[in-house]
Amino acid sequence: MSFKAIDKKDMSSFVASLMDEMEVVGPVAKDGKFVFSPVKDYAQLRLDYNITLLSPKEYFLPPEETLLRYKLGETVQSEPVIETKPRVILGMHPCDINATWLLDLAFSTDNLDTNYMEKRKKALIIGLDCNQPCDEHSFCKSMGSLTVESGYDLFLTDIGDTYIVEYGSPAGMELLARHKGAREATEADMARFRAIQDAKWPKFTYKLEMSVSDLPNLLAISYDNPLWEELGEKCLACGSCNLVCPTCYCFDVMDRLELNLKEGERVRRWDSCQLPMFATVAGGENFRKSRADRLRHRFFRKGKYLMEMFGKVGCVGCGRCVRACLVDIDPVEVYNTLKRTCAPRGWAERDVAA
Amino acid sequence: MADQISSLYQPTLAEMVKIEQLTEREKLFTLHLKDGRDLGHRAGQFVEVSVFGVGEAPFSVTSSPTRNGTFELCVREVGDVTRALHRMKPGSIVGIRGPFGNGFPIEEMRGRDLLFVPGGLGLAPLRSLINQVLDERESFGRVIILYGARNPSELLFKDELAQWEARDDVEFHVTVDQPDENWTGNVGVITTLFPKITVNPHNTVAVTVGPPIMYRFVVKELLSKGIQDGRIFLSLERRMKCGVGKCGHCQINNVYVCQKGPVFSYTQLKELPEAI
Repeated sequence: MSFKAIDKKDMSSFVASLMDEMEVVGPVAKDGKFVFSPVKDYAQLRLDYNITLLSPKEYFLPPEETLLRYKLGETVQSEPVIETKPRVILGMHPCDINATWLLDLAFSTDNLDTNYMEKRKKALIIGLDCNQPCDEHSFCKSMGSLTVESGYDLFLTDIGDTYIVEYGSPAGMELLARHKGAREATEADMARFRAIQDAKWPKFTYKLEMSVSDLPNLLAISYDNPLWEELGEKCLACGSCNLVCPTCYCFDVMDRLELNLKEGERVRRWDSCQLPMFATVAGGENFRKSRADRLRHRFFRKGKYLMEMFGKVGCVGCGRCVRACLVDIDPVEVYNTLKRTCAPRGWAERDVAA
Repeated sequence: MADQISSLYQPTLAEMVKIEQLTEREKLFTLHLKDGRDLGHRAGQFVEVSVFGVGEAPFSVTSSPTRNGTFELCVREVGDVTRALHRMKPGSIVGIRGPFGNGFPIEEMRGRDLLFVPGGLGLAPLRSLINQVLDERESFGRVIILYGARNPSELLFKDELAQWEARDDVEFHVTVDQPDENWTGNVGVITTLFPKITVNPHNTVAVTVGPPIMYRFVVKELLSKGIQDGRIFLSLERRMKCGVGKCGHCQINNVYVCQKGPVFSYTQLKELPEAI
């Protein structure tokens, strides 16, 4: 596979050329942190960002999205609403690319969710490698999401004054052909590229004390672990972890009637499995009443259920939930504590490569 | 711009043909799809019903798949959507998505004795299966129905109950927790009906639908009759918002009830601690 390179001095014209063709979404600074936002000017882009508050999932699964519009009257006229526009998401880190891959599976398996998939199909993803951890909370390496196998169209690695560019799809190849800026990578570029690759791995030190593939088995023997009750005591059930999670995709659906009472829409909105109403049925029964039950459900979903459904772990180790959590519930600590407290009851100790 | 792309969330329109007040809280709605198609459901499946402007909610289909042209929903007035349904008149329009879910495993029941144990509103989904079985009566063994309600005024489908009771080929027992002055029948929770029946445990399939608290006690009775775990079926009520395995609301452990259920065998449920 041949590598291309874009020198940073040429990046501005490359991005400007992209903007002529489609919406460009990328990381920008906001209140001392970073967010993904449509960008009109290259100078706004902060490709040196560490992590964004929310993942770019909102461009495929907006926090609130209209599913139907209808008119009431003698009869009802109801039309599906699928709003899409071509866009490129620039600077997606490997964790978020992996998360998007999981969402793609969730929305395309069994029943094709066209509201998600149409947005996804029209979007191009230009990834950006992480040469160091975002901060002390990221554990992407443990979750296998410091690397990406696929799910991007182009992938950039910052090697100083140049980005090395890899193709991930024919669309990415065409994009590079259509927009000026890329050149062939030289031997010297590639030597720096390899040196950066080698240097980055030891920097990611915060980790699970087990292999990610052991998580489903660990959880299978941890359903009754007293840790869930302990965490349930701490957890405020605020749902922040769900909102910032790049792989959370549960939603609620509601109708909204215009003031004229003749037109309305049905919308879906991000929801949180940590809120008491989430699993409550009309008769008032709630099948996950306690905070401990709901917290356990979230961990099981991430570490076991989604893996069983899609063959891919439901957590990418971005650490957003830890940063958002008001009481510092940290998945790495949770899983490691489960492992330590499970060991006497038959958990097979294994060596985990550093 | 009208979109040509199909959406999982677009309902088909249906018209209310007939509305009957069954009890103080429950109405029976008869509907037909505006495009003239049959619903094509299996007993035990559910549909998502839209009251445009109010919302969408899941309801089991209470009519038998053997009775085509229209379909029936038995709805208790308990929330926004159901309140709006209860205000509707014949001719009112709703949206329908589905049928969704697996339904009862009727093929596994053919040739066997059947024990139906509906409690309260649980009769609504089970009635679909009971009437299918009665319409195809010759392909099943004994049919035993044990029905329990809180009080006589909450008994659903009283005309049909009388017909079932009158049939020679149905063993029908009914009980209420709280009798009124006119009640001359059994009094007590549904489990008090079990001593009245004998079953051949090797050839019986049991199906029970009711509130979770009832399941705990009914399953115990069924097991003590010697019926195997894999031949006991239950239907679970969950908050199925989307019906298509996406929204997450109906998930119990690793199972989306709208996809793998709502009907489960007791063998399956033993692996799902969040089920009951």
